[in-house]
Amino acid sequence: MHQIGKSIAALAALAAALPAAAASPQPWQLNMTPGVTETAQAAYSMHMIMLWICVVIGVLVFGAMGVAMFRFRKSKGAVPDTTLVHSTKVEVIWTVVPVLILVVMAWPATKYLIAAADVRNAEMTVKITGYQWKWRYEILDYKGIEQPVNFVSSLDVDSNRARQGLKDPADVQVDGVNTYLLNVDRELVLPTDTKIRFVITADDVIHAWWVPALGWKQDAIPGFINEAWTNIREPGVYRGQCAELCGKDHGFMPIVVRAVPRAEFEQELVKMGGTLPDTAAIAQAPAAPASAPSSGR
Amino acid sequence: MAHATTHTHDDAHHDEKPQGFLDRWVFTTNHKDIGTLYLVFSFIMFIIGGAMSGVIRLELFQPGLQWVAPEFFNQMTTMHALVMIFGGVMPAFVGLANWMIPLQIGAPDMALPRMNNWSFWILPFAFFLLLLTLVLPGGGPAGGWTLYPPLSLQGGYNVAFVIFAIHLMGISSIMGAINIIATILNMRAPGMDLLKMPLFTWTWLITAFLLIAVMPVLAGAVTMLLTDKFFGTSFFNAAGGGDPVMFQHIFWFFGHPEVYIMILPAFGIVSEIIPTFSRKPLFGYQAMVYATASIAFLSFIVWAHHMFTVGMPLGGQLYFMYATMLIAVPTGVKVFNWVATMWRGSMTFETPMLWSIAFVILFTIGGFSGLMLAIVPADYQYHDTYFVVAHFHYVLVTGSLFSIIAAVYYWWPKWTGRMYSEFWGKFHFWWTMVFVNLLFFPQHFLGLAGMPRRIPDYNVAFADFNMISSIGAFGMLITPFMMFVILWHSKKHGVKAEQVSWEGAKGLEWTVPSPAPHHTFTTPPKIDDRMLAHGDVAH
Repeated sequence: MHQIGKSIAALAALAAALPAAAASPQPWQLNMTPGVTETAQAAYSMHMIMLWICVVIGVLVFGAMGVAMFRFRKSKGAVPDTTLVHSTKVEVIWTVVPVLILVVMAWPATKYLIAAADVRNAEMTVKITGYQWKWRYEILDYKGIEQPVNFVSSLDVDSNRARQGLKDPADVQVDGVNTYLLNVDRELVLPTDTKIRFVITADDVIHAWWVPALGWKQDAIPGFINEAWTNIREPGVYRGQCAELCGKDHGFMPIVVRAVPRAEFEQELVKMGGTLPDTAAIAQAPAAPASAPSSGR
Repeated sequence: MAHATTHTHDDAHHDEKPQGFLDRWVFTTNHKDIGTLYLVFSFIMFIIGGAMSGVIRLELFQPGLQWVAPEFFNQMTTMHALVMIFGGVMPAFVGLANWMIPLQIGAPDMALPRMNNWSFWILPFAFFLLLLTLVLPGGGPAGGWTLYPPLSLQGGYNVAFVIFAIHLMGISSIMGAINIIATILNMRAPGMDLLKMPLFTWTWLITAFLLIAVMPVLAGAVTMLLTDKFFGTSFFNAAGGGDPVMFQHIFWFFGHPEVYIMILPAFGIVSEIIPTFSRKPLFGYQAMVYATASIAFLSFIVWAHHMFTVGMPLGGQLYFMYATMLIAVPTGVKVFNWVATMWRGSMTFETPMLWSIAFVILFTIGGFSGLMLAIVPADYQYHDTYFVVAHFHYVLVTGSLFSIIAAVYYWWPKWTGRMYSEFWGKFHFWWTMVFVNLLFFPQHFLGLAGMPRRIPDYNVAFADFNMISSIGAFGMLITPFMMFVILWHSKKHGVKAEQVSWEGAKGLEWTVPSPAPHHTFTTPPKIDDRMLAHGDVAH
């Protein structure tokens, strides 16, 4: 019960500071977050535009209903006007005006959608394969990568213990944030400020790869290779889940993306077993960004 | 003496109900009795489907896996949807159609009474097969009601049972639809022109065409699943050269019209009830008819908006987004017409009117979230989250189901000759209003915060709204029993109903006594335009 009090306080705090909470879901979170990419910002903008248009229409329509229900009650002596059954003028108005409102909605939606579909000029390619119930990541293309990185990411040990009742889900935390069912054994480390292309497929049934902070989800379908892209603006840890029912452990195959500056990413890439043309230099300068051109390979 | 004898004989003939239980209910060809059977069947299915949602909400009451295993949870979500859609909502509307269409158009019965009997009696067998899967080795279907392959084909024995059950349901629906079309087109009383028909009959005529068009598509889709599973074909198997996405296209070509099959009759019901309690003819009758037809047409060309994340080409996404947005126009016309019907009326708020007003408001909220879902860039976030769950429960529960409840309260005096308790009817309404919104409104927030649908367990951040939602569900679980008691009490002890049970009620059904005799309109009635529930017939 003490949680409810805490949660109400959190709710008040959240109303003020939502954007900061993009990385993982917050207790009592009410709205979508703008995320950390252009696509997520577009989704958020469209969501808010649609929400406010719907709120305004709702206030007008329900307001008219409310007025009707108070003014035209039999108990207040209202006499029905049985001739009010047809009006070509208002019927034309309430057909044409919604069409115009739809055009206003469709315009930005089209613009954002065209931008989201453009996967050209990516600097990096990551292949994602969905399995029952884990994800395989392969960093196939980044600055002429010589040894691609290839690993499998699945539910972390703590969450796995908690779902079997061996630990309280509330105690599954990383840095004070609850990560129950939103943490993995191996994170996908990605560079910030880099246009990254994803090619997404699956090996058994259909899955969907979704990190809300990145702003899209894409189905992973056996026999198909789908494309998507992202360009992460801010370093951080972004959590998501499989979003297409894929069997009994559908709720237990999370996704964690850790976005870091490019220099740090290159070090991580080497740690994960990848080799770049300038790997030697990166390895020699672990603390600083690789600045000197490498000689070796 | 002779006169008296004839008279008695006439009366007996007029209301001759078969005496034995088998004759009365199993071999019946009477549209009213078959309507009752459909309604009782759907009531039982609502309780079964509701119990399944109880299991779902119990498991989701708090984080962690407490009550059921994930496999069983998935069977519950899948079966809940199949039972509620095919066993609850659709048969309820067919039952209302059986009862009311002949009464509304002045016909003595349905056009094809024996087929009517068969349409109904297939259903208990279909649902016996479907529910039986829960006790088979391997359990029931767990791949979602959409049956997407390859996942749905991972099921065991249940695949064949579910597919056969769906075939049976499809046969039942198609026969019911043929019957309704044949009745409406051939059996209207002289003077009941098409554009004088009550809106409920109109919406059902259009719905019946949708059913005939799409149920065979579903049958085809599931038959391909069957052959993929058991006969080595590869329609949807990528490894064999098939295409798993093709199933989704075929399924939603059925599935989208299907959602209008479940809402168009609701529009019809509300278009009957609001004029009655506003004591004013329906505003824009013809616009209502055309809007219904437009929605039905659009329903065939928007199916892939359920699939914005499968990787469609940009052009496809744009087309399906625009086409989907268009549906808002005729739907808006309907809502505006209902409001205009209330405008300058003389309103009272008996139980059926309360449910209808709530329908207009809450269905419109579901429509708003539907419009938001049509916007592809935002749908990339909404898709397959609880936002979608909230959306379709607003249109199906506070939409379709509310209209069904409204219809039962509205026509109950005509069916039984008894009034129900207004106090308890209103209590039922307000109780439901509180809990249904507790149940579904917070699901919008969960979806926007990032909770996927169809998961048995979730991050602790989602805990609070899930708990509220579950409390709403537990409150909802007792409502069918509440309604049952109210109606049972009415049947036994209710005040006798007048022939015109509601002051403002118009339409042919109110020209026969309450309760409606077993056989009505054995001679066609004379149509008086002033007795119609709409004033727009002259145009």
